[in-house]
Amino acid sequence: MSEKSSKPRSVEFRGGGFAPVSHRWVGLVVFIVLIVLAEVGTQTGFISALTMPKPSDVLETFHQLYVSGLLWKHLVPSITRLLVGATLGITVGIWVGVMIGLFSYVRAGLVPLVAAIFPIPKIALLPLFVIWFGIDEASKYALIAFGTFTPTVVATYGAVDNVDRTLIRMGQSFGLSWTSIVRKIVLPGAMAGILSGLRISMAIAIILLVAAEMLGAEYGIGAYILEAGSLYDLERLFAGVVILSVMGVLVSAAISAVERKLLGWRT
Amino acid sequence: MDIRLSGINHSYDDLEVLRDVTLDIPSGKIVCVVGPSGCGKSTLLRLIGGLERPTSGEILQMGDVPENCLNPLTYVFQDFALLPWRTVHGNISLVLEDHGIRGARAQVIIDDVLERTRLTDFAKALPRQLSGGMKQRVAIARALAVNPAVMLMDEPLSALDSQTRELLIDDLVALWSRTPFTAVYVTHNLAEAVRLGHLIVVLSRRPGEIREIVEIDKPLADRRYADPDLEIQQKRLWDLMREEARAADEELIHV
Ligand SMILES: Nc1ncnc2c1ncn2[C@@H]1O[C@H](COP(=O)(O)OP(=O)(O)OP(=O)(O)O)[C@@H](O)[C@H]1O
Ligand SMILES: [Mg+2]
Repeated sequence: MSEKSSKPRSVEFRGGGFAPVSHRWVGLVVFIVLIVLAEVGTQTGFISALTMPKPSDVLETFHQLYVSGLLWKHLVPSITRLLVGATLGITVGIWVGVMIGLFSYVRAGLVPLVAAIFPIPKIALLPLFVIWFGIDEASKYALIAFGTFTPTVVATYGAVDNVDRTLIRMGQSFGLSWTSIVRKIVLPGAMAGILSGLRISMAIAIILLVAAEMLGAEYGIGAYILEAGSLYDLERLFAGVVILSVMGVLVSAAISAVERKLLGWRT
Repeated sequence: MDIRLSGINHSYDDLEVLRDVTLDIPSGKIVCVVGPSGCGKSTLLRLIGGLERPTSGEILQMGDVPENCLNPLTYVFQDFALLPWRTVHGNISLVLEDHGIRGARAQVIIDDVLERTRLTDFAKALPRQLSGGMKQRVAIARALAVNPAVMLMDEPLSALDSQTRELLIDDLVALWSRTPFTAVYVTHNLAEAVRLGHLIVVLSRRPGEIREIVEIDKPLADRRYADPDLEIQQKRLWDLMREEARAADEELIHV
């Protein structure tokens, strides 16, 4: 203060950023800008037709697919596989994860096992599943279930470990039954971690769905993409990829909706 | 219901925490436990509430529990221990649900304890919307809902600022004056102890032994903030504890 008498200045603001603010429209704008760029590029010939199809052509292909009824023929089996496989894997995964989180013997027995099967690329096991469960739907369900199981287990027991122990102590001190403590304290407390694990599990489920369908399915998004790829039919290939992306976005939106419903108390 | 501790010793592995603690907790009285950091106050409370077993010695419940008592030994925690995803109402109904008390019967109890803790207007609020003092009042309301024989309070006001603490002391005195309850009240704060305690148990540093039990006759309702009688008692307690506290403090540094 005493050194030089300069003019009074206002204090500079430096506290911005690092706080998540919802700007959902930005994501949409990014999508639209990319699509418009691709359209302009392909129309003007700046992007060669061999490297990328026109977005408008892809849209037209998509329309054909819809009109011919083939869209549902491919989508219905894919969505069924995804739902059955993921539900199976996630249900068992959450259950096993909670058991690992609650019982030290289960933890000692299963954590090394989970660590051992986590890094196996599950696609490599498809032939095995075909032998075990047959070439039909069951082997695809098993693949997706197995693929979603391990990340769900890991996320769940991590989340259970992070539940505030003083809340559990509180439950015990009021004489709540074991099941009440698990249902009313442990599970809600772990829900945030379980749901963020679900995002990863569901993405893995979609990847495995396509892989399984590419390896042997008449109908399904994976089969559709494989067929288009082998014919170098870029429009259909892109249409298939877009369907997958939309599935990913929808699954993510569904999880967000569940989060808003179940974790509303956090904000 | 009285509680009698006789010859309690407790150790964690090689660490002796409590030595030969013998103490009666008479029904309808607040027993404050003071002592330097780490002397085993919280441990003593966990032993009384059955969350841990003493290495040796006996803890007896004498006489019958009150009517409609759902949980004879009930804690109030320093950090409130409220479920953040349940409303005030839900946090209280949590401890009733397991006893099959739901619906209208639960509502009667919840309304009563919310009224006694002056929280009636906040039944639908979530814990994060409440101030620290209100959170602790919710925790007290939850404890009252199970109509405990003995309340076990581990530094219930330590997480609060000093004004809020004064207000809550008044609330506790008012609650007790309306319906006397039995409590073991652990605290670091001697001013709190002389305001709330009928009996004040002074523990030595670890291993905690009973140094002295001070009885304060003045009725709770007549005790005031900065009451000269109480200041004298408080000073006497501090003289008893000063050396112990200093030694305990230095011990912790050397660990
Ligand atoms: N579960 C435990 N295992 C091992 N040591 C423990 C355990 N709980 C407490 N201790 C040790 O026992 C001693 C007494 O702990 P306690 O928490 O009862 O003290 P306290 O008087 O409540 O202390 P504070 O005033 O800091 O709350 C401490 O040295 C502590 O480190
Ligand atoms: Mg303590």
